[in-house]
Amino acid sequence: MVKSTHKSDDHWLVRPQTIRLLWYAGIAILALTVLCDLVIEHHPHFGIDGTFGFAAWYGFVSCVVLVAFAKGLGAFLKRPDTYYEAGE
Amino acid sequence: MSGTIVIPPGLILIMVGLLIAITRGHVRSIMLLAAPVVTLIAVWSVPDGVAYSTQFMGYEIAPVKGDALSRLFATIFAIMAFGGGLFSLNRENNTELAAAFVYAGSAVGVAFAGDLISVFIFWELMAIGSTIVVWCGRDGAQRAGMRYASIHLLGGVILMAGVAGEIAATGSTAFNAMQPDSLARWLILAGFLINAGAPPLSAWLPDAYPEASWSGMVFLSAFTTKTAVYVLLRGFPGADILIFVGLFMVFYGIIYAILENDMRRILAYSIVNQVGFMVTGIGIGTTMALNGAAAHAFTHIIYKALLLMSAGSVLYMTGKSKCTDLGGLFRTMPLTCVCGIVGALAISSFPLTSGFISKSMISQASADEHLVIVWMLLAAASAGVFLHAGIKFPWFVFFQKDSGLRPSEPPWNMKASMVLFSILCIWIGVFPEQLYALLPATVNYVPYTASHVVFQLQLLLFSGLAFFLLLGWLKRTLTITLDIDWFYRGLGRTFERAFHYKTSKVWGIAVERAYRGVVRFVETLYRHHGPQGILARTWPTGSMAFWTTLLLGAYLIAYYL
Repeated sequence: MVKSTHKSDDHWLVRPQTIRLLWYAGIAILALTVLCDLVIEHHPHFGIDGTFGFAAWYGFVSCVVLVAFAKGLGAFLKRPDTYYEAGE
Repeated sequence: MSGTIVIPPGLILIMVGLLIAITRGHVRSIMLLAAPVVTLIAVWSVPDGVAYSTQFMGYEIAPVKGDALSRLFATIFAIMAFGGGLFSLNRENNTELAAAFVYAGSAVGVAFAGDLISVFIFWELMAIGSTIVVWCGRDGAQRAGMRYASIHLLGGVILMAGVAGEIAATGSTAFNAMQPDSLARWLILAGFLINAGAPPLSAWLPDAYPEASWSGMVFLSAFTTKTAVYVLLRGFPGADILIFVGLFMVFYGIIYAILENDMRRILAYSIVNQVGFMVTGIGIGTTMALNGAAAHAFTHIIYKALLLMSAGSVLYMTGKSKCTDLGGLFRTMPLTCVCGIVGALAISSFPLTSGFISKSMISQASADEHLVIVWMLLAAASAGVFLHAGIKFPWFVFFQKDSGLRPSEPPWNMKASMVLFSILCIWIGVFPEQLYALLPATVNYVPYTASHVVFQLQLLLFSGLAFFLLLGWLKRTLTITLDIDWFYRGLGRTFERAFHYKTSKVWGIAVERAYRGVVRFVETLYRHHGPQGILARTWPTGSMAFWTTLLLGAYLIAYYL
C-alpha cells in the first residue's frame, strides 16, 4: 500500500521547467485580473473599494498581515506537539 | 393537515442508527444508504406548521413543526448522512456508525423542533451521539471525548437554565425569534453559541474532532455547529453581538489554522472560521444576510465534508495526518487530490463553486447596510480562507515536497462519496437558483456579475500569490498552538505538578520523622526487652526473694502510715 520510491522527481509536474512555466502563467493571470478593472464597472460602496485593483492589493495585504500576525502569536503560543501528551 | 401521517424525519435516522449497532454486512450497507433517502422523503412530506403536538410535564410541546428553514437544514443533514454513510461503508466499527446516525437524526430533530423543550432534548441526544463518535476514534480519543462531553454538557446545563427561565417568564415553550434582553435569553444564546464553536470556548472543536476516526470526523464536521447556526437563525436573527462574535471566529479560525500542522486540525479550525461567516450574517440580520447565512450553512456542510473525506482518505491509506509527514500524494491519489481541490475551491468561494454563491450574499448584506468595517473584515477574511484552507490543505498534503509515500486510492465507496460531493459543490455553484429556491425568504440577488467575479478572482489569486511568496514563513513545524483549552488541560496539570512538588517535600519530612520515631520506639523496646534487655534477663531466686521482701516491707510501712 505505502512504499517508498527513489525516483520521485521524474513527474512532469515537479520538473523545474514546469514550475517556472506555472509561475509565468500565474503572473500573467494575475495581471489579467487586475487589467479587467479597466473595462469592468464596479459599484463601490465605500470609496476605498473603488480604487484601481482594490481586491488585488487588499487581498494581498490582508494575507501578509494575517500571516505576520499568526507568526507573532505563534512565537508566544507555539509548543511541541507532544505538549499535552507528556502528562496524559 | 390533510389526514396524512407525518413520520418524524429525525426518528427514522435515530431508529436505523440503533439497528445499525447490531447488523453487519450487506444489511448494514443497505440501511446506511437507504435510511437517509427515506429521511429525505419524510423531510419533504412535513407540512408547514405543527405536525405533532403533545403534552410533556404539563407543557405543550411540538416535536415536529415544518417551515422552509427547517426543511432546508433537515435536507442538508439527510444529504450529509447519505454521503457520510457511503463514505463509511467499509468502516468496521458499528458503534461509531450507529452513534453517527443517532447524531444525524437528532440534528434533523432539532431542525424540526417546534418548541424549546424539544430543541433541548434533541440537543442533548446530539451531544451523546457525537461524544460516542469521538470515542470511537484513534488512541487518545477517550480523553478528548471526555473533554468534549464536559464542554457540551456544560453548554446543555446553560441552555436548560435559559429554557427554564424563559418558560417561567413567558409561560410558553414556543421557540420564536427573540433578542438577548433577559438573563434567561442570554443563557439560551450562550448555550447555542458554545455548540457553534464561539469564543471563549472555541477550542473544544479542534481539540476533539481530529481525534475521531477517518470516517467519524466527516460526520462530526456537519451537525453540531450547523444545528447551532440553525437555532441562532431561528432564535436570534439580528442580535448585534453576533456580528462581533462571528468576526472573532472568522479570524480565530484563520490565525490558528495558519499555525497548525495536522491537516485535520487545519480543517477543524476552518470550521470555526466558516461558522463565523454565518454567525456574522445572522448578526447583520437583514433578509439578504439571513438567506446568506442559511445558504452558506448548506454549501459549507457539503464542501467541508468533501475536504474531510479527502483528508480522511489520506489518513486511511497512509495512517498519517501531519503536514510534515505528508506531501507529493498527487502522484498516486489523483482522484482524492482533485476532489480535495474542488472542496478547497468551494470553501474559498471561487466562482462556479457553491461557496461563491452563498458567502457573497453575506458580504453583499454588509455592503447594503453600509457596515464598512464589517465588509472590509469579511473581504480580508475571504482572502484568508484561501490562504489557510484553500491552498494550504491541498498544497501541504498533495504537493509540497515528496514525502516518499505512494499510497493508492481509497476503496470505491470512499471515491464515490467524494465524487458525489464534488459534483454537488460545482452543481450548486453553476445553478444557484435551485438552492436559492429552498431558502427561507425570496432571494433577490444575482451572484454572477462581471464585477463580483473579477473582484473575487483578484482577491483569491493575490491571496494565492501571498501564500507562495510567504511559503518560508508558512513552513510546517511539529508544533501545536496553545488555546483557551490550556486552562482546563494544561493549567490543572501545572498546578498539580507544583502542588505535588511542594507537598512531596512536606510529605517526605513527615514520613522521615514518623519512620525515625518508629525506629526509636523499636530500639527502646529492644533495649529493654531484647535478649540483652534489662527486663529480659533470667533473674536469680535470691534476688527475687530480696525484691519481694522489700516490696512487702514497703507495703507494711505504707499500711501503718
